Amino acid sequence: MTAEPLPEHPDFLWRNPEPRSSYDVVIVGAGGHGLATAYYLAKNHGITNVAVLEKGWLAGGNMARNTTIIRSNYLWDESAAIYEYALKLWEGLPEELDYDFLFSQRGVLNLAHSLQDVREGVRRVNANRLNGVDAQWLEPDEVAKVCPILNLSSRTRYPVLGGTFQPRAGIAKHDHVAWALARRADEIGVDLIQGCEVTGFLKDGDRVVGVETNRGRILAGRVGLASAGHSSVLAERAGVRLPVQSHPLQALVSELHEPVHPTVVMSNHVHVYVSQAHKGELVMGAGVDSYNGYGQRGSFHVIEQQMAAAVELFPVFARAHVLRTWGGIVDVTPDASPIIGTTPVENLYVNCGWGTGGFKATPAAGWTFAHTIATGEPHPLNAPFALERFATGALIDEHGAAAVAH
Amino acid sequence: MLLISCPWCGPRDETEYHYGGQAHVPYPETTADLTDEQWAEYVFYRDNPKGPFAERWMHSTGCRRWFNVLRDTVTYEVLSSYRLDEPRPELPQAGGNNR
Repeated sequence: MTAEPLPEHPDFLWRNPEPRSSYDVVIVGAGGHGLATAYYLAKNHGITNVAVLEKGWLAGGNMARNTTIIRSNYLWDESAAIYEYALKLWEGLPEELDYDFLFSQRGVLNLAHSLQDVREGVRRVNANRLNGVDAQWLEPDEVAKVCPILNLSSRTRYPVLGGTFQPRAGIAKHDHVAWALARRADEIGVDLIQGCEVTGFLKDGDRVVGVETNRGRILAGRVGLASAGHSSVLAERAGVRLPVQSHPLQALVSELHEPVHPTVVMSNHVHVYVSQAHKGELVMGAGVDSYNGYGQRGSFHVIEQQMAAAVELFPVFARAHVLRTWGGIVDVTPDASPIIGTTPVENLYVNCGWGTGGFKATPAAGWTFAHTIATGEPHPLNAPFALERFATGALIDEHGAAAVAH
Repeated sequence: MLLISCPWCGPRDETEYHYGGQAHVPYPETTADLTDEQWAEYVFYRDNPKGPFAERWMHSTGCRRWFNVLRDTVTYEVLSSYRLDEPRPELPQAGGNNR
Protein backbone atom coordinates (compact mmCIF):
# COMPACT_ATOMS: atom_id res chain seq x y z
CA MET A 1 0.00 0.00 0.00
CA THR A 2 1.19 3.49 -0.74
CA ALA A 3 -0.36 6.84 -0.01
CA GLU A 4 -2.26 8.61 -2.73
CA PRO A 5 -0.38 11.20 -4.85
CA LEU A 6 -1.93 14.65 -4.94
CA PRO A 7 -3.42 15.91 -8.21
CA GLU A 8 -1.58 18.47 -10.33
CA HIS A 9 -2.87 22.03 -10.10
CA PRO A 10 -3.84 24.13 -13.09
CA ASP A 11 -1.11 26.69 -13.88
CA PHE A 12 -3.39 29.66 -13.54
CA LEU A 13 -5.81 29.98 -10.63
CA TRP A 14 -6.84 33.62 -10.33
CA ARG A 15 -5.87 37.16 -11.32
CA ASN A 16 -4.63 39.65 -8.74
CA PRO A 17 -6.47 42.81 -9.79
CA GLU A 18 -6.20 46.27 -8.23
CA PRO A 19 -9.35 47.10 -6.26
CA ARG A 20 -11.86 49.21 -8.21
CA SER A 21 -13.57 52.18 -6.59
CA SER A 22 -16.96 50.49 -6.29
CA TYR A 23 -18.70 47.12 -6.50
CA ASP A 24 -22.25 45.85 -6.23
CA VAL A 25 -21.16 43.55 -3.42
CA VAL A 26 -18.04 43.48 -1.25
CA ILE A 27 -17.36 40.30 0.72
CA VAL A 28 -14.88 40.63 3.60
CA GLY A 29 -12.79 37.49 4.05
CA ALA A 30 -11.41 35.25 1.29
CA GLY A 31 -11.73 32.01 3.17
CA GLY A 32 -13.93 29.14 2.07
CA HIS A 33 -17.15 30.88 3.07
CA GLY A 34 -16.30 34.20 1.41
CA LEU A 35 -15.19 32.48 -1.81
CA ALA A 36 -18.26 30.21 -1.89
CA THR A 37 -20.48 33.26 -1.33
CA ALA A 38 -18.88 35.07 -4.26
CA TYR A 39 -19.21 31.97 -6.46
CA TYR A 40 -22.91 31.50 -5.69
CA LEU A 41 -23.64 35.25 -5.99
CA ALA A 42 -22.43 34.92 -9.58
CA LYS A 43 -23.82 31.49 -10.36
CA ASN A 44 -27.23 31.63 -8.67
CA HIS A 45 -28.00 35.35 -8.80
CA GLY A 46 -26.03 36.70 -11.77
CA ILE A 47 -24.20 39.20 -9.56
CA THR A 48 -20.62 39.35 -10.82
CA ASN A 49 -19.55 42.88 -9.93
CA VAL A 50 -18.15 41.52 -6.68
CA ALA A 51 -14.91 41.89 -4.72
CA VAL A 52 -13.68 39.55 -2.04
CA LEU A 53 -11.27 41.42 0.26
CA GLU A 54 -8.71 39.52 2.27
CA LYS A 55 -6.36 41.11 4.80
CA GLY A 56 -3.82 38.31 4.49
CA TRP A 57 -3.59 35.81 1.67
CA LEU A 58 -6.39 33.83 0.09
CA ALA A 59 -7.63 30.98 2.32
CA GLY A 60 -4.77 31.58 4.78
CA GLY A 61 -6.92 31.85 7.91
CA ASN A 62 -9.06 29.07 9.34
CA MET A 63 -9.40 27.56 5.86
CA ALA A 64 -5.69 26.66 6.10
CA ARG A 65 -5.97 25.45 9.70
CA ASN A 66 -8.93 23.09 9.99
CA THR A 67 -9.04 19.29 10.14
CA THR A 68 -11.00 19.01 6.85
CA ILE A 69 -13.89 16.93 8.20
CA ILE A 70 -17.25 17.00 6.40
CA ARG A 71 -20.41 15.49 7.94
CA SER A 72 -24.07 16.37 8.50
CA ASN A 73 -25.05 14.27 11.54
CA TYR A 74 -26.40 17.20 13.58
CA LEU A 75 -29.22 16.80 16.11
CA TRP A 76 -31.74 19.56 15.42
CA ASP A 77 -33.86 19.91 12.27
CA GLU A 78 -32.45 23.35 11.39
CA SER A 79 -28.84 22.17 11.59
CA ALA A 80 -29.44 18.84 9.86
CA ALA A 81 -31.11 20.74 7.02
CA ILE A 82 -28.24 23.15 6.36
CA TYR A 83 -25.37 20.70 6.90
CA GLU A 84 -27.05 18.00 4.79
CA TYR A 85 -27.62 20.58 2.06
CA ALA A 86 -23.89 21.31 2.28
CA LEU A 87 -23.03 17.62 2.02
CA LYS A 88 -25.21 17.24 -1.08
CA LEU A 89 -23.44 20.24 -2.64
CA TRP A 90 -20.03 18.75 -1.72
CA GLU A 91 -21.02 15.58 -3.59
CA GLY A 92 -21.39 17.55 -6.83
CA LEU A 93 -18.76 20.26 -6.41
CA PRO A 94 -15.61 18.54 -7.73
CA GLU A 95 -17.34 17.97 -11.08
CA GLU A 96 -19.09 21.34 -11.08
CA LEU A 97 -15.84 23.21 -10.36
CA ASP A 98 -13.82 20.82 -12.52
CA TYR A 99 -11.20 20.46 -9.81
CA ASP A 100 -10.22 17.33 -7.94
CA PHE A 101 -10.11 18.42 -4.31
CA LEU A 102 -9.96 14.86 -3.01
CA PHE A 103 -13.43 14.72 -1.47
CA SER A 104 -13.35 11.28 0.12
CA GLN A 105 -16.58 9.84 1.61
CA ARG A 106 -14.84 7.48 3.97
CA GLY A 107 -17.39 7.92 6.79
CA VAL A 108 -17.27 9.53 10.21
CA LEU A 109 -17.51 7.56 13.43
CA ASN A 110 -18.50 9.41 16.63
CA LEU A 111 -17.58 7.20 19.59
CA ALA A 112 -19.56 6.74 22.81
CA HIS A 113 -17.74 6.08 26.08
CA SER A 114 -20.51 6.40 28.67
CA LEU A 115 -24.15 5.43 29.05
CA GLN A 116 -25.10 9.06 28.42
CA ASP A 117 -22.96 9.09 25.26
CA VAL A 118 -24.79 5.95 24.08
CA ARG A 119 -28.20 7.48 24.70
CA GLU A 120 -27.21 10.74 23.02
CA GLY A 121 -25.77 8.85 20.06
CA VAL A 122 -28.83 6.65 19.53
CA ARG A 123 -31.07 9.69 19.83
CA ARG A 124 -29.01 11.56 17.25
CA VAL A 125 -29.05 8.59 14.84
CA ASN A 126 -32.86 8.51 15.06
CA ALA A 127 -33.08 12.28 14.61
CA ASN A 128 -30.72 12.09 11.61
CA ARG A 129 -32.80 9.38 9.94
CA LEU A 130 -36.01 11.36 10.39
CA ASN A 131 -34.20 14.19 8.59
CA GLY A 132 -33.02 12.00 5.72
CA VAL A 133 -29.40 11.97 6.92
CA ASP A 134 -27.63 8.62 6.62
CA ALA A 135 -26.79 7.43 10.13
CA GLN A 136 -26.24 4.14 11.90
CA TRP A 137 -25.70 3.07 15.47
CA LEU A 138 -22.78 0.63 15.69
CA GLU A 139 -22.10 -1.76 18.54
CA PRO A 140 -18.39 -2.23 19.45
CA ASP A 141 -17.97 -5.29 17.20
CA GLU A 142 -19.36 -3.27 14.28
CA VAL A 143 -17.08 -0.35 15.17
CA ALA A 144 -14.16 -2.77 14.88
CA LYS A 145 -15.15 -3.60 11.30
CA VAL A 146 -15.24 0.07 10.29
CA CYS A 147 -11.94 0.97 12.00
CA PRO A 148 -9.82 -2.10 12.83
CA ILE A 149 -6.99 -0.13 14.47
CA LEU A 150 -9.24 1.19 17.27
CA ASN A 151 -8.57 -0.20 20.73
CA LEU A 152 -11.89 -1.77 21.74
CA SER A 153 -10.64 -3.39 24.93
CA SER A 154 -12.97 -3.11 27.91
CA ARG A 155 -9.93 -2.47 30.11
CA THR A 156 -9.25 1.10 28.98
CA ARG A 157 -10.18 4.01 31.19
CA TYR A 158 -13.07 4.99 28.90
CA PRO A 159 -14.01 1.88 26.90
CA VAL A 160 -15.73 2.30 23.54
CA LEU A 161 -19.40 1.37 24.10
CA GLY A 162 -20.42 1.95 20.49
CA GLY A 163 -20.65 4.82 18.07
CA THR A 164 -22.68 6.67 15.50
CA PHE A 165 -21.55 6.26 11.90
CA GLN A 166 -22.34 8.43 8.89
CA PRO A 167 -21.03 6.62 5.78
CA ARG A 168 -21.44 9.62 3.42
CA ALA A 169 -19.32 11.87 5.63
CA GLY A 170 -15.59 12.24 5.04
CA ILE A 171 -12.79 14.66 4.32
CA ALA A 172 -11.65 16.96 1.49
CA LYS A 173 -8.37 18.72 0.79
CA HIS A 174 -9.18 22.11 2.30
CA ASP A 175 -6.76 24.34 0.40
CA HIS A 176 -7.71 22.76 -2.93
CA VAL A 177 -11.37 23.50 -2.11
CA ALA A 178 -10.54 27.17 -1.69
CA TRP A 179 -8.49 27.27 -4.88
CA ALA A 180 -11.25 25.51 -6.82
CA LEU A 181 -13.81 28.08 -5.68
CA ALA A 182 -11.38 30.96 -6.22
CA ARG A 183 -10.54 29.91 -9.77
CA ARG A 184 -14.18 29.64 -10.78
CA ALA A 185 -15.22 32.89 -9.05
CA ASP A 186 -12.31 34.65 -10.79
CA GLU A 187 -13.32 33.23 -14.17
CA ILE A 188 -16.84 34.61 -13.71
CA GLY A 189 -15.39 38.08 -13.02
CA VAL A 190 -15.14 38.32 -9.23
CA ASP A 191 -12.12 40.37 -8.04
CA LEU A 192 -10.17 38.50 -5.38
CA ILE A 193 -8.04 41.09 -3.59
CA GLN A 194 -5.40 39.91 -1.15
CA GLY A 195 -3.47 42.09 1.28
CA CYS A 196 -6.51 44.35 1.63
CA GLU A 197 -7.61 44.88 5.21
CA VAL A 198 -10.95 46.47 6.05
CA THR A 199 -10.30 49.14 8.67
CA GLY A 200 -13.72 50.78 8.79
CA PHE A 201 -17.11 51.18 7.17
CA LEU A 202 -18.63 54.01 5.19
CA LYS A 203 -22.15 54.71 6.34
CA ASP A 204 -25.00 56.94 5.27
CA GLY A 205 -27.18 57.06 8.37
CA ASP A 206 -28.05 53.46 9.25
CA ARG A 207 -27.00 52.18 5.86
CA VAL A 208 -23.57 50.87 4.89
CA VAL A 209 -22.30 52.23 1.56
CA GLY A 210 -18.74 50.97 1.46
CA VAL A 211 -15.59 50.04 3.32
CA GLU A 212 -12.37 51.78 4.30
CA THR A 213 -9.32 49.64 3.60
CA ASN A 214 -5.55 49.92 3.74
CA ARG A 215 -5.77 50.26 -0.05
CA GLY A 216 -8.31 53.05 -0.04
CA ARG A 217 -12.05 53.49 0.02
CA ILE A 218 -14.24 51.01 -1.82
CA LEU A 219 -17.91 51.78 -2.31
CA ALA A 220 -20.32 48.88 -2.15
CA GLY A 221 -24.03 48.38 -2.66
CA ARG A 222 -23.96 45.62 -0.09
CA VAL A 223 -21.32 44.28 2.26
CA GLY A 224 -21.09 40.72 3.57
CA LEU A 225 -18.83 39.81 6.48
CA ALA A 226 -17.30 36.32 6.42
CA SER A 227 -14.24 36.75 8.62
CA ALA A 228 -14.63 33.93 11.18
CA GLY A 229 -12.50 34.60 14.29
CA HIS A 230 -12.45 38.35 13.69
CA SER A 231 -16.18 38.74 13.03
CA SER A 232 -16.94 40.62 16.23
CA VAL A 233 -13.94 42.95 15.87
CA LEU A 234 -15.01 43.81 12.33
CA ALA A 235 -18.74 44.11 13.06
CA GLU A 236 -18.00 46.44 15.95
CA ARG A 237 -16.36 48.86 13.50
CA ALA A 238 -19.72 48.96 11.72
CA GLY A 239 -21.54 49.55 15.01
CA VAL A 240 -22.91 46.00 15.28
CA ARG A 241 -22.44 43.95 18.44
CA LEU A 242 -22.33 40.17 17.98
CA PRO A 243 -22.84 37.47 20.65
CA VAL A 244 -19.55 35.84 19.71
CA GLN A 245 -16.44 34.93 21.68
CA SER A 246 -13.13 34.15 19.94
CA HIS A 247 -11.10 31.17 21.11
CA PRO A 248 -7.94 29.46 19.88
CA LEU A 249 -8.54 25.97 18.45
CA GLN A 250 -5.48 23.93 17.61
CA ALA A 251 -4.71 20.91 15.49
CA LEU A 252 -1.64 18.91 14.59
CA VAL A 253 -0.31 16.43 12.07
CA SER A 254 2.09 13.54 12.34
CA GLU A 255 4.82 12.60 9.92
CA LEU A 256 3.71 10.57 6.88
CA HIS A 257 2.63 6.97 7.35
CA GLU A 258 1.36 4.15 5.18
CA PRO A 259 -2.46 4.13 5.05
CA VAL A 260 -3.65 2.64 8.35
CA HIS A 261 -6.73 4.64 9.27
CA PRO A 262 -9.67 4.08 6.89
CA THR A 263 -12.29 6.49 8.26
CA VAL A 264 -12.65 9.56 10.52
CA VAL A 265 -12.94 8.91 14.26
CA MET A 266 -14.22 11.52 16.68
CA SER A 267 -14.66 11.28 20.41
CA ASN A 268 -16.39 13.95 22.45
CA HIS A 269 -15.74 12.22 25.71
CA VAL A 270 -11.97 11.65 25.66
CA HIS A 271 -11.74 14.41 23.13
CA VAL A 272 -9.71 13.79 20.08
CA TYR A 273 -10.61 13.47 16.39
CA VAL A 274 -8.40 11.75 13.89
CA SER A 275 -8.28 11.04 10.19
CA GLN A 276 -5.46 10.19 7.82
CA ALA A 277 -4.80 12.63 5.02
CA HIS A 278 -4.33 11.39 1.47
CA LYS A 279 -0.58 11.97 1.65
CA GLY A 280 -0.39 9.93 4.88
CA GLU A 281 -0.29 12.36 7.80
CA LEU A 282 -2.48 11.62 10.79
CA VAL A 283 -4.54 14.79 11.25
CA MET A 284 -5.74 15.39 14.81
CA GLY A 285 -7.76 18.00 16.59
CA ALA A 286 -9.00 18.60 20.11
CA GLY A 287 -11.09 21.19 21.93
CA VAL A 288 -10.71 24.94 22.11
CA ASP A 289 -8.77 26.73 24.80
CA SER A 290 -11.20 27.87 27.47
CA TYR A 291 -10.10 31.50 27.38
CA ASN A 292 -10.65 34.16 24.73
CA GLY A 293 -7.68 34.67 22.45
CA TYR A 294 -6.51 35.89 19.07
CA GLY A 295 -2.97 34.49 19.21
CA GLN A 296 -3.38 31.66 16.63
CA ARG A 297 -1.73 29.24 19.02
CA GLY A 298 -3.14 27.02 21.74
CA SER A 299 -2.19 25.72 25.15
CA PHE A 300 0.21 22.83 25.47
CA HIS A 301 -1.93 20.95 27.99
CA VAL A 302 -4.71 20.66 25.39
CA ILE A 303 -2.34 18.82 23.04
CA GLU A 304 -1.12 16.69 25.92
CA GLN A 305 -4.66 15.49 26.74
CA GLN A 306 -5.53 14.99 23.10
CA MET A 307 -2.42 12.86 22.49
CA ALA A 308 -3.10 10.80 25.61
CA ALA A 309 -6.60 10.07 24.30
CA ALA A 310 -5.32 9.32 20.80
CA VAL A 311 -2.70 6.84 22.00
CA GLU A 312 -5.21 5.04 24.23
CA LEU A 313 -7.73 4.76 21.39
CA PHE A 314 -5.09 3.94 18.77
CA PRO A 315 -2.13 2.11 20.36
CA VAL A 316 -0.66 1.84 16.84
CA PHE A 317 -0.02 5.63 16.96
CA ALA A 318 2.26 5.39 20.01
CA ARG A 319 5.48 5.88 18.03
CA ALA A 320 4.16 8.43 15.54
CA HIS A 321 6.00 11.74 15.67
CA VAL A 322 4.21 15.08 15.67
CA LEU A 323 5.38 17.06 12.69
CA ARG A 324 3.70 20.38 13.35
CA THR A 325 0.95 22.05 15.38
CA TRP A 326 -0.99 25.23 14.71
CA GLY A 327 -3.98 27.18 15.93
CA GLY A 328 -6.90 29.01 14.39
CA ILE A 329 -9.29 31.49 15.96
CA VAL A 330 -12.88 30.31 16.07
CA ASP A 331 -15.91 32.50 16.76
CA VAL A 332 -18.15 30.73 19.21
CA THR A 333 -21.82 31.59 19.83
CA PRO A 334 -23.81 30.79 22.99
CA ASP A 335 -25.74 27.93 21.27
CA ALA A 336 -22.83 26.57 19.16
CA SER A 337 -24.75 27.42 15.97
CA PRO A 338 -23.82 29.99 13.32
CA ILE A 339 -25.31 33.41 12.63
CA ILE A 340 -26.16 34.02 8.95
CA GLY A 341 -28.33 36.92 8.03
CA THR A 342 -29.11 40.60 8.23
CA THR A 343 -27.79 43.04 10.83
CA PRO A 344 -29.30 46.20 12.35
CA VAL A 345 -27.26 48.12 9.72
CA GLU A 346 -28.97 48.20 6.34
CA ASN A 347 -27.10 46.46 3.50
CA LEU A 348 -24.66 44.87 5.96
CA TYR A 349 -24.89 41.08 6.26
CA VAL A 350 -23.05 38.71 8.51
CA ASN A 351 -21.96 35.07 8.25
CA CYS A 352 -20.17 34.09 11.45
CA GLY A 353 -20.28 32.04 14.62
CA TRP A 354 -19.43 28.71 12.97
CA GLY A 355 -17.14 28.02 15.90
CA THR A 356 -15.16 24.86 15.34
CA GLY A 357 -17.24 23.54 12.44
CA GLY A 358 -17.28 25.96 9.54
CA PHE A 359 -15.34 23.96 6.97
CA LYS A 360 -17.98 21.27 6.41
CA ALA A 361 -20.63 23.94 5.84
CA THR A 362 -18.64 25.87 3.20
CA PRO A 363 -20.95 25.34 0.18
CA ALA A 364 -24.21 25.79 2.11
CA ALA A 365 -22.86 28.82 3.95
CA GLY A 366 -21.97 30.35 0.58
CA TRP A 367 -25.28 29.36 -1.01
CA THR A 368 -27.48 30.80 1.76
CA PHE A 369 -25.32 33.87 2.42
CA ALA A 370 -25.33 34.70 -1.30
CA HIS A 371 -29.12 34.37 -1.32
CA THR A 372 -29.43 36.66 1.71
CA ILE A 373 -27.11 39.28 0.21
CA ALA A 374 -28.73 39.12 -3.23
CA THR A 375 -32.34 39.30 -2.07
CA GLY A 376 -32.02 41.06 1.29
CA GLU A 377 -33.98 38.16 2.79
CA PRO A 378 -32.83 34.90 4.35
CA HIS A 379 -33.03 31.62 2.46
CA PRO A 380 -35.33 29.09 4.22
CA LEU A 381 -32.18 27.19 5.26
CA ASN A 382 -30.57 30.11 7.09
CA ALA A 383 -33.70 31.86 8.39
CA PRO A 384 -33.48 30.00 11.75
CA PHE A 385 -29.86 31.15 12.12
CA ALA A 386 -30.69 34.86 12.38
CA LEU A 387 -29.12 37.18 14.94
CA GLU A 388 -32.63 37.79 16.37
CA ARG A 389 -32.78 34.31 17.90
CA PHE A 390 -30.79 35.48 20.93
CA ALA A 391 -33.60 37.87 21.81
CA THR A 392 -36.54 35.60 20.85
CA GLY A 393 -35.00 32.59 22.62
CA ALA A 394 -35.35 30.30 19.57
CA LEU A 395 -31.85 28.93 20.07
CA ILE A 396 -30.44 25.94 18.17
CA ASP A 397 -28.42 24.20 20.84
CA GLU A 398 -25.85 22.06 19.04
CA HIS A 399 -23.25 21.74 21.78
CA GLY A 400 -23.63 17.94 21.60
CA ALA A 401 -23.45 17.46 17.85
CA ALA A 402 -20.85 20.20 17.40
CA ALA A 403 -18.42 17.46 18.52
CA VAL A 404 -15.77 19.83 19.87
CA ALA A 405 -15.94 21.07 23.43
CA HIS A 406 -16.70 24.77 23.32
CA MET B 1 0.64 27.68 29.22
CA LEU B 2 -0.49 30.76 31.09
CA LEU B 3 1.00 31.58 34.47
CA ILE B 4 -1.79 33.15 36.51
CA SER B 5 -1.39 34.62 39.96
CA CYS B 6 -4.18 33.76 42.38
CA PRO B 7 -4.58 36.68 44.85
CA TRP B 8 -4.53 34.18 47.73
CA CYS B 9 -2.22 31.36 46.58
CA GLY B 10 0.23 33.09 44.28
CA PRO B 11 1.38 32.15 40.75
CA ARG B 12 0.15 28.79 39.43
CA ASP B 13 -0.15 27.09 36.04
CA GLU B 14 -3.25 27.70 33.93
CA THR B 15 -4.35 24.07 34.41
CA GLU B 16 -5.16 24.79 38.07
CA TYR B 17 -7.85 27.27 37.07
CA HIS B 18 -11.30 27.36 35.54
CA TYR B 19 -12.22 30.15 33.13
CA GLY B 20 -15.32 32.25 33.80
CA GLY B 21 -15.54 34.74 30.93
CA GLN B 22 -15.86 38.50 31.09
CA ALA B 23 -15.62 40.21 34.49
CA HIS B 24 -17.59 43.22 35.74
CA VAL B 25 -20.95 42.22 34.19
CA PRO B 26 -23.48 43.37 36.77
CA TYR B 27 -26.87 41.71 37.16
CA PRO B 28 -29.41 44.17 35.74
CA GLU B 29 -31.33 46.47 38.03
CA THR B 30 -35.11 46.83 37.59
CA THR B 31 -35.32 43.40 35.94
CA ALA B 32 -39.09 43.54 35.59
CA ASP B 33 -38.76 46.41 33.13
CA LEU B 34 -36.21 44.82 30.78
CA THR B 35 -37.09 44.17 27.14
CA ASP B 36 -36.20 40.86 25.47
CA GLU B 37 -33.31 42.64 23.76
CA GLN B 38 -31.98 43.91 27.09
CA TRP B 39 -32.21 40.43 28.60
CA ALA B 40 -30.41 39.01 25.57
CA GLU B 41 -27.69 41.60 26.10
CA TYR B 42 -27.20 40.51 29.70
CA VAL B 43 -27.42 36.75 29.07
CA PHE B 44 -25.68 36.27 25.71
CA TYR B 45 -23.63 39.32 24.71
CA ARG B 46 -20.11 39.78 26.05
CA ASP B 47 -17.16 41.91 24.95
CA ASN B 48 -14.63 40.15 22.74
CA PRO B 49 -11.76 42.65 22.54
CA LYS B 50 -8.47 42.14 20.76
CA GLY B 51 -6.20 43.38 23.54
CA PRO B 52 -6.61 43.84 27.29
CA PHE B 53 -9.66 42.03 28.70
CA ALA B 54 -10.93 41.84 32.28
CA GLU B 55 -12.07 38.29 32.94
CA ARG B 56 -12.96 35.93 35.77
CA TRP B 57 -10.95 32.88 36.78
CA MET B 58 -11.49 30.37 39.61
CA HIS B 59 -8.64 28.58 41.35
CA SER B 60 -10.37 25.20 41.08
CA THR B 61 -7.53 22.97 42.30
CA GLY B 62 -6.40 25.44 44.97
CA CYS B 63 -8.41 27.76 47.20
CA ARG B 64 -11.50 27.46 44.92
CA ARG B 65 -12.08 31.20 45.01
CA TRP B 66 -13.08 33.42 42.10
CA PHE B 67 -11.01 36.47 41.21
CA ASN B 68 -10.41 38.76 38.23
CA VAL B 69 -7.55 38.85 35.76
CA LEU B 70 -6.60 41.56 33.30
CA ARG B 71 -5.09 39.72 30.34
CA ASP B 72 -4.13 40.66 26.79
CA THR B 73 -6.01 38.41 24.34
CA VAL B 74 -3.34 38.86 21.64
CA THR B 75 -0.07 38.51 23.56
CA TYR B 76 -1.66 36.39 26.36
CA GLU B 77 0.28 38.51 28.86
CA VAL B 78 -1.36 38.50 32.29
CA LEU B 79 -1.29 42.18 33.20
CA SER B 80 -2.84 41.99 36.65
CA SER B 81 -4.94 39.81 38.93
CA TYR B 82 -7.15 41.18 41.69
CA ARG B 83 -9.93 40.28 44.09
CA LEU B 84 -13.61 40.63 43.17
CA ASP B 85 -14.06 43.49 45.63
CA GLU B 86 -11.24 45.46 44.03
CA PRO B 87 -11.73 47.79 41.05
CA ARG B 88 -10.24 47.06 37.68
CA PRO B 89 -6.64 48.35 37.81
CA GLU B 90 -5.80 51.41 35.76
CA LEU B 91 -2.78 50.36 33.77
CA PRO B 92 -1.17 52.55 31.12
CA GLN B 93 -0.95 49.66 28.63
CA ALA B 94 -4.54 48.52 29.20
CA GLY B 95 -7.37 50.26 27.42
CA GLY B 96 -10.95 49.80 28.51
CA ASN B 97 -13.29 46.95 27.71
CA ASN B 98 -15.66 48.00 25.00
CA ARG B 99 -18.15 49.16 27.58
